[in-house]
Amino acid sequence: MTISRKELSWMYETMYKSRYYEDEMEKTYTEGKTPVFNIGSGTVPGEMHLSTGQEPAAIGISVHLRKDDIVASPHRPHHHAIAKGVDLKRMTAEIFGKKTGLSKGKGGHMHLFDPAVHFSCSGIVGAGLPQAAGAALAAKKKNKDSVAVAYIGEGAANTGSFHESLNLASLWNLPYIVVVENNSYGISVPKSASTSVASNDLRASAYGDNVKGYYVKDNDPIAMYHASKEAVERARKGEGPSIIEIETYRFLGHFQGDAEGYRPEGEVEELREKDPIPLFRDLLMKDHSFKEDELVSLEEKAKGEVDEAYAFARESDYPDLEEALDNVFI
Amino acid sequence: MANLTMIQAITEALDQEMAKDEKVMIFGEDVGKNGGVFRATQGLFDKYGEDRVNDTPLAESGIGGMAFGLAMQGFRPIAEIQFFGFVFEVMDSIVGQMARTRYRMGGKVNLPVVVRSPFGGGVHTPEMHADNLEGLMAQSPGLKVVIPSNPYDAKGLLTSAIRDEDPVVFLEHMKLYRSFRDEVPEEQYTIPLGKAAIAREGKDVTIVTYGYMVREALKAAEQLEAENISAEVIDLRTVSPLDIETIINSVEKTGRAVMVQEAQRQAGVGATVISEISQRAILSLKAPIGFVAAPDTVYPFGTVENDWLPNAKDIIGKVKEAYNF
Ligand SMILES: Cc1ncc(C[n+]2csc(CCOP(=O)(O)OP(=O)(O)O)c2C)c(N)n1
Ligand SMILES: [Mg+2]
Repeated sequence: MTISRKELSWMYETMYKSRYYEDEMEKTYTEGKTPVFNIGSGTVPGEMHLSTGQEPAAIGISVHLRKDDIVASPHRPHHHAIAKGVDLKRMTAEIFGKKTGLSKGKGGHMHLFDPAVHFSCSGIVGAGLPQAAGAALAAKKKNKDSVAVAYIGEGAANTGSFHESLNLASLWNLPYIVVVENNSYGISVPKSASTSVASNDLRASAYGDNVKGYYVKDNDPIAMYHASKEAVERARKGEGPSIIEIETYRFLGHFQGDAEGYRPEGEVEELREKDPIPLFRDLLMKDHSFKEDELVSLEEKAKGEVDEAYAFARESDYPDLEEALDNVFI
Repeated sequence: MANLTMIQAITEALDQEMAKDEKVMIFGEDVGKNGGVFRATQGLFDKYGEDRVNDTPLAESGIGGMAFGLAMQGFRPIAEIQFFGFVFEVMDSIVGQMARTRYRMGGKVNLPVVVRSPFGGGVHTPEMHADNLEGLMAQSPGLKVVIPSNPYDAKGLLTSAIRDEDPVVFLEHMKLYRSFRDEVPEEQYTIPLGKAAIAREGKDVTIVTYGYMVREALKAAEQLEAENISAEVIDLRTVSPLDIETIINSVEKTGRAVMVQEAQRQAGVGATVISEISQRAILSLKAPIGFVAAPDTVYPFGTVENDWLPNAKDIIGKVKEAYNF
């Protein structure tokens, strides 16, 4: 199975964009905060969970997704949103708490919704799983071949929602795909202390013969591409749900300001050596005849889009106080 | 006496009761090595080991159900829910099971569980991480719902909660965790559950409140004093069961009442307090009862929060309305 040049360049550009976006967010987040990680002040209010290092999980599957496919994302949603084509300007404004945000500045970074591309998320870990299964059922009822993807961390795979949604999805044979981003930790708790199996793809067989499990090693975008391609095709053809677990890397803390006392010394440096973006870049040049200037121009395009989104968010106004009283029944 | 923040007082209460009673155990997400996301269990894993201080997987309904089972078998579990907004995931265990079991079993069984959790607003965490859901708990017969307003009370109330034979939901306001210190005795002591405290004596108006709003009410009372209005501040300490007697005695003395809560207006602790005052002390009232509460909306995000939350100024306004009626 070969990957088209068009797909490869989309994957690179989108990974790059996602990374650049998070790098900018990492900087912006500390702006105006004293002490540095005071969530109560600064340009970006609230908590911040960044996806730096985890890009392959989102990019490898999103390359197969259409606008009408559904994505439910958790508390670490930026890479998923960017890969799904969520409006970047309005997403950034939302994270800044601005009036022009996706939800008029009412949701914030863990609650990004863009109905135009069927993207939603929740700060409640595990909440998106049955929601995505429900959306998959809706697709089936409407006789459409769209699919629903729920992204979760490996920590969330131990919630009741995981079990409930997969059992239902198998019974009703839904076009439902769970992508488990195994970044080794749920906040401070290592996977070994939270999960009874070596990896969550192994749990697939427990849910039924129509559920397939895939395991992607080494945060590899190409392997993620292939596993996801099969899972998405199976779902579109009505062949059943899938669980894809990808071994991925969280370069930063659980949230910005995390002291990370639970990490072994040197772990991050080791992971950074295996940064998927430069590795993918080298691969494109070595094996797929991409030229330096071609890649630079993809990078410039991505940066331009992100810069524009941040500028838009900065220039936008905060909501009027009265707006806090809108959209409820009072 | 040591000068402790509320979070330190909480850790000390947990530590001392664990040392005293080996049936006491702690579990929840990140409470082990990491010492909890707010560091309430700092050092306890090293001291008592994983037999008694456990990191759980991310599974709130499991945490609640396990606490139930352990308590049934004679342990005294303390379960931490990382943020109280996550309580919906464990609502059945707490409200549907723990709260009702003593009644269901004809009083034959007690479940000495403590569910501890940070809650409340003003620290700019987003919704689900900043909620005032104590009303939901208070509406559930069979639960005691305890909310300390300062480090001294936190230690004494938590010690009582752990020793209590029945399920206690112990809610710790995040804004109180590190914002000030109190003299806290080093030895263990208890403060009775279900008893309010008079945080400040006064004669013109009774302010009834709890949690972080006690701070705002005391601030308001001080400013009102300068204008010759003497406000009594009642700190409920336990919002279920309510200490109605202390409230009524005070209202009968002052003839005016203002209820203050950080939670949204509808159907919460304040609504109950106001209803009780109207039923029991209406003839003592010289003015309608005032109510300071947050608007009935979802917890707001971002800068709006500062204006959305009730504060001393709002309290002063309502007290004056009652005083000048
Ligand atoms: C129901 C619920 N419980 C707890 C939390 C607090 N919390 C947020 S993220 C997280 C860990 C999630 O770990 P994982 O699923 O592996 O995702 P990761 O953060 O590693 O991306 C926890 C405990 C929450 N948001 N929702
Ligand atoms: Mg994880």
